[in-house]
Amino acid sequence: MSVSQTTPPSAAQSSDDLLGKLFSRWQYAILIALLVWPFAVSHYATGLITETLIFAIAAMSLDLLMGYGGMVSFGHAAFFGLGAYGALVLNVQAGLHPWISLIGGVAVAAFGAVVIGFFCVKMRGVAFLMVTLAFAQLLYSGAVKWRWLTGGSDGMSGLPRPSILGLDLDHPVAMYFFTLASFLACLYCLRRLTDSQFGHALVGIRENETRMRAMGFETRGLRFVAFVVAGAFGGVAGSLYALLQGFVSPDALSWGMSGTFLLMVVLGGARSLVGPAIGATVFLLMKHLVSSHTTHWLSIVGIIFVLCVMFFRGGIFGLLERLRRGEATR
Amino acid sequence: MSLLRIERLNKAYGSLAVTRDVTLTIEHGERHVIIGPNGAGKTSLINQLGGQIRADSGSIFMNGTDITHAPPEARLKHGICRTFQKNTLFQGLSVFENVRLGIGSRYGQPFNLFARIDGNDDLNRRTWAILARTELEHVAGQRVASLSYGDQRRIEVAAALAGEPKLLLLDEPTSGLSPAETQQMIGFIRTLPDDLSIIMIEHDMEVVFQIAHRISVLYYGEVLMTGAPDEVSGNERVREVYLGAGI
Repeated sequence: MSVSQTTPPSAAQSSDDLLGKLFSRWQYAILIALLVWPFAVSHYATGLITETLIFAIAAMSLDLLMGYGGMVSFGHAAFFGLGAYGALVLNVQAGLHPWISLIGGVAVAAFGAVVIGFFCVKMRGVAFLMVTLAFAQLLYSGAVKWRWLTGGSDGMSGLPRPSILGLDLDHPVAMYFFTLASFLACLYCLRRLTDSQFGHALVGIRENETRMRAMGFETRGLRFVAFVVAGAFGGVAGSLYALLQGFVSPDALSWGMSGTFLLMVVLGGARSLVGPAIGATVFLLMKHLVSSHTTHWLSIVGIIFVLCVMFFRGGIFGLLERLRRGEATR
Repeated sequence: MSLLRIERLNKAYGSLAVTRDVTLTIEHGERHVIIGPNGAGKTSLINQLGGQIRADSGSIFMNGTDITHAPPEARLKHGICRTFQKNTLFQGLSVFENVRLGIGSRYGQPFNLFARIDGNDDLNRRTWAILARTELEHVAGQRVASLSYGDQRRIEVAAALAGEPKLLLLDEPTSGLSPAETQQMIGFIRTLPDDLSIIMIEHDMEVVFQIAHRISVLYYGEVLMTGAPDEVSGNERVREVYLGAGI
C-alpha cells in the first residue's frame, strides 16, 4: 500500500466478492418480485403491499435516527402524522393541488422536525425518548382538539389521487408503482446518506460522542440534521399514506403508531435500512393475515419480537445475513 | 509567546477540589509530563484542557487566545487534540476508517449528506499519509477490534494526529501495555515532529524520564512543582509524596 493510494480499505468489506454478487442477486430477485407482484395477485393484496411500502419508508426513516444516530425516538409518528395531516389540510382546507399538497405535507413534517428537533437533540437516552413522546402526544391532542382544522377525532378525508405521466393513481396498480418508485427513491437517498461522511459521523456519535467532539465534530448540529432528515422522510411516508387512504385520523400521530415504527425497526433489524423494511412487511402481513384467523395476532407479534430481542440482536435481517454467510462458507 | 498558558485554574466537585490554582505554561515543541499519585487530578486537568469538563475559574490561553469556555470541537481548531485514558477507538471500523474519521472534521464535509466518503480522494490521500507517517499502513484494512491492545494505543495516537495538532494531550498512553509494547510506544512518541508540543500523563517513571523535557507533579489538585527531570527526581517533597525513596 502506498501513500498515493486512495482506495479506502473498509472493515465491513467482504473478502469474498461472490458474497456481494449473491447479495445483489438476492436484492434483484426481490425487486423483480415487487415488479411482477401486482400482475399476479388481487387488487387487495396489491393494496396491502402498497401500504407495507409506505410503512417501510417510515421505519427506514426511524432507522436513520435510531439505528445510525443512536437516538431512540418514541414520537416518530409525529412526522408521519404531520405529513399526512399536512397533505390533507393543504388540499381540503387550503384548496391546493394534490401534488402541491403532498409536497407541502413533507415540508410541514420537516418544519415540525426542525422545531421539535431544536429541543430534543439536547437530550440523550431516556430523556430524548420521553421528550419525543411528549411532542408527539402534544400534536395528537392538537389533532383531536382543533376540530375546525383537522376534523377532530373523526379525522379528515377528501384528498383525491391525481394522475402522473398519464397514469391515474386511483387505479391500485398505478398507485402501487408510484409508491414502489417512492420507496426505492427513499431507500437510495437514505443509503447515500449513510454512506456519506455525515452518515459515518452519525455512527461515530452513536458510538462515542465525547470522542467525536474531541475530534472536532459539531455533534449537536449533526444530530439535529439527522433528526430533521428523518422527520422529512417520515413526512414522505405520511403524505403517501394520506394519498393511499385519502383519509387521516389522530391515530396517525398516536404513541401506538410510534411504538409500531419502533417495533418494525427492532423486529427487522436496526442499522441496515433494509431490515426495518422487512420488519414493516412482517408486521403488516401478520396484522392483515393472522388477524383474520385470531384476534390475538398482536400476541404472536409480541412473541416474535421477544425472540428477536433475545436471540437475534440484528433482527430478521441480521438472521438472514448470518444464514447467508453460513451458506457461503459451507 | 508560550503555546499554552494556564492561569489559576480551579475545578471542584462539591467539597472535593480536583484542580486547585493550577498555573502552567507549555512552550512550542515541549514534551511536558504530568505525574502524581492516583486522584491527584491529572486526568481532570487534561479534561479541562480538552474541554470535556469546564473549569470553575481560571483561564486557558492557546497561542494567546482565551479558550477557557470553548467547547471541545472548537479546541481542535485551536490545535488541541487528545487521546483518552481508556481506548475509545471505534472497534467495528478499520484502522483506515478510524484515522479518516479523525481528519474528517477538518478536511471533510460532515454536513454534506450525499457525498460518498469513500469517494473523497483528498480525505483518503491524507489518511494514507498519516498511516505512512505512523507506520500503520500494513494494518490499514484491519478491523481495530482484531488488533493487539498495543497497536490500538498507537492507532489512538495516530487518530489524534489526524487533527493536525499543535498540542497533543496524551492520557496515559502506555497504560495496560507490556514492557515491550511500552518501549515501542516510547519510540513512537519520540518519532513525532519536534515542533509538536505534548502534555502527557504517565505513571511509569522510566517512560517519564525518557520523554519529558519538563515534569509537573500534581498532588491533591495542586502543582507541587514543575521542573526538569533532574530537578523533580531530586526534590525531597516529590520523593516523599510520589516517587518514594527508591528513585
